Amino acid sequence: MSRFVSHCTVQIALFAVCCLLPAVALAGESRWSGVDESVIEKIAQQHGRETREPLINTDQGDLLLFVFLLAGAVGGFVAGYYWRALTEKRDKTTITIPGKNGTAV
Amino acid sequence: MHIAEGILPLGWAALWSAVALPFVAFGLYRLRQRSAGDLSFKPLVGLMAAAIFIISCMPVPVPTAGTCSHPAGTAISGILVGPVISALVAAVALLIQALFMAHGGLSTWGANIVSMGVVGSFAGYMTYKGLRALRMNLTLSAFMAGVVADWATYCMTSVQLASGVRGKSPFLSLFGKILVAFVPTQLPLGILEGAMTAGMVGLLYKKRPDLLVKMRVLKPEEVAL
Repeated sequence: MSRFVSHCTVQIALFAVCCLLPAVALAGESRWSGVDESVIEKIAQQHGRETREPLINTDQGDLLLFVFLLAGAVGGFVAGYYWRALTEKRDKTTITIPGKNGTAV
Repeated sequence: MHIAEGILPLGWAALWSAVALPFVAFGLYRLRQRSAGDLSFKPLVGLMAAAIFIISCMPVPVPTAGTCSHPAGTAISGILVGPVISALVAAVALLIQALFMAHGGLSTWGANIVSMGVVGSFAGYMTYKGLRALRMNLTLSAFMAGVVADWATYCMTSVQLASGVRGKSPFLSLFGKILVAFVPTQLPLGILEGAMTAGMVGLLYKKRPDLLVKMRVLKPEEVAL
């Protein structure tokens, strides 16, 4: 069993190295740009279509980083809130009404 | 997948907006209709909205390509709340991203709704339903739905971009060129999206199987309630 686990670990490590090697080679060239820029905008430029500045341009310095952080925090809170609302176990309180059997509320 | 402001000519931008509009309108109608009779529906839509919003602007580095991209998240919502409401939720997420996050654009909002919201949601939903009809298990069906939804989204983006910017170039060769450019990044990312979709549906199955029955994701006989 332990031999199998170590064999799997070696395979995963080798796979990770194989994945990372081309990345290291490409990192200097693409610097982890998004496909929205490296594919969509690049091809659009080749065909004479330039991007326009957004209506509210938050792509200035660290402002975009802040907006993404804020969006992630708010989105995460909302997701967590609704997840809890959906998955929490509702306690069924039994209220005894005189003259009747207990009624679950 | 987020086509930026100004990339599509006005005519194409208007066309895609016209295609998106009925889906958004019908999504609003369905949301009102379904949430009126079911108290647990609004929290689920809220959860889906937050999930799509976060997932669709989360840049994931793909080591094999040396680039970043993002999943769409519309397969999850397509399965859980239906493809039409999923398209509406995606539209809201895309609008916020276009307005405040320099992600996408207002003129290209319709095109982005069609690729991510409409095509992504319907591809995920139909894949899931088709595989379930073939008696494939829940997790694997959800996984495949995630993969297909992601790839279909980027396939549609390729169609939109090729038709919009081609000028006098032949459509098919440009479409193929864009699609091939997406492959190194989206091939592994589609698999990641599949895993995320399977994880989310599987987790809900563990926590609230009754909810999955109510949403018609599962049949009552498939769950020991």
